[in-house]
Amino acid sequence: MLQAVSLRCSRGERRLFTDLNVKVERGSLLAVVGENGSGKTSLLRIFSSLLSPEQGSVLWEGQDILQLKELYAGQLTYIGHLNGIKDDLTPLENLMSAMSLAGESCSNNGAKEALEAIGLKRPIHQLPSKVLSQGQKRRVALARLWLSTRPLWLLDEPFTSLDTAATAVVTQRLHTHLQRAGLAVVVTHQEVALPTEIVQRLRLTG
Amino acid sequence: MNGSSMWEAVSGIIRRDLLLAMRRRSDAAMSVFFLVIVVSLFPLGVGPDPVVLRTIGPGVLWVAALLACLLSLSRVFTADYVDGALEQMVLVPQPLAVLVVGKVLAHWLISGLPVVLLSPLLGLQFGLSGESLGVLVMSLLLGTPTLSMIGAIGAALVLGVRGSGLLVALLVLPLYVPVLIFGAGAVTSSMAGIGGEANLSLLGACLVLSLFLAPWATAAALRIALE
Repeated sequence: MLQAVSLRCSRGERRLFTDLNVKVERGSLLAVVGENGSGKTSLLRIFSSLLSPEQGSVLWEGQDILQLKELYAGQLTYIGHLNGIKDDLTPLENLMSAMSLAGESCSNNGAKEALEAIGLKRPIHQLPSKVLSQGQKRRVALARLWLSTRPLWLLDEPFTSLDTAATAVVTQRLHTHLQRAGLAVVVTHQEVALPTEIVQRLRLTG
Repeated sequence: MNGSSMWEAVSGIIRRDLLLAMRRRSDAAMSVFFLVIVVSLFPLGVGPDPVVLRTIGPGVLWVAALLACLLSLSRVFTADYVDGALEQMVLVPQPLAVLVVGKVLAHWLISGLPVVLLSPLLGLQFGLSGESLGVLVMSLLLGTPTLSMIGAIGAALVLGVRGSGLLVALLVLPLYVPVLIFGAGAVTSSMAGIGGEANLSLLGACLVLSLFLAPWATAAALRIALE
């Protein structure tokens, strides 16, 4: 269970949110919506521990994530709005190095299957990533979700530059993850096409 | 979080960075190219007097190696910072300082080690004797990793800042001075016949100290850069 307790966050002079309380249970998804600049990404970064809140704390299974440190990092998969893709490496190399860095090494075949699952065909696996389109790069980054065994997923605008087919595939993958008692926080301006009983919406007003 | 998964993450980072360097050879070749040019221009500018060349040789070689290292510093973290790979590095279930050691080691293998290997050849241009060449290689072997370690702190501190190249030079040059003095001093004293051991020991001490402290400082700077 992920819980935010009276979070406050400012960027520069601007107060983004104060006294924000939210609870995400296992098997459910928190969709963070709001206008541009309302602090959605900041909230996600606080959840990931990249950013520390001005006040309040984030609890994972009842413990403060700033105290759990690496133990907490071992619980989550974070995909930010930057893809973390190296232009000079192939999609396959990118995926495998990202997984081995995260301590979830995968086999060559496992990585290929993950890339295929998100709709990148085999010939593309061997091209340098710099020749891929934005949508294809996004797919390479999201392919990690097929290999991740972590319970908590933090996704920042995962559907940006994806086509409808890929959006559906990723949504399906999210659904499977939730059914396996995973939880997810997704920052998005689109509707997540999941059953409403497992989706909790948080609107930030800025 | 045990030793083997820590090693896996570090070796993964080193492998990835070496692979990236192989794909972009021009970047890696730049610091070596710079070193060769600077060191080769000195005999042309100063004149062919062997006594003068031998006197300035150690200093010129060391200054050139130091500047070559400085030149390559911007590459340590910038690309990872821009494309988001750094965020992923920070969110790895291993201490960030350990990953920093991997990054710096990869950086040294790409831009420091070639400098060390090439130095005897360049030393010959200045008429250094066999023994002095040995001391030169030893001093660079101990000194260049120290330069990379210290430089990583500066490189991490200036991430996302405009005009970072100049700023990083201002930040790290004062810290480089002791390494330069001990390094060039080792070669000079071996040429004077009093042996370079004392200076080499000091260089070794600098290396150990920087290995111990720099990764933590760099990790803290990286976290600040990502906030």
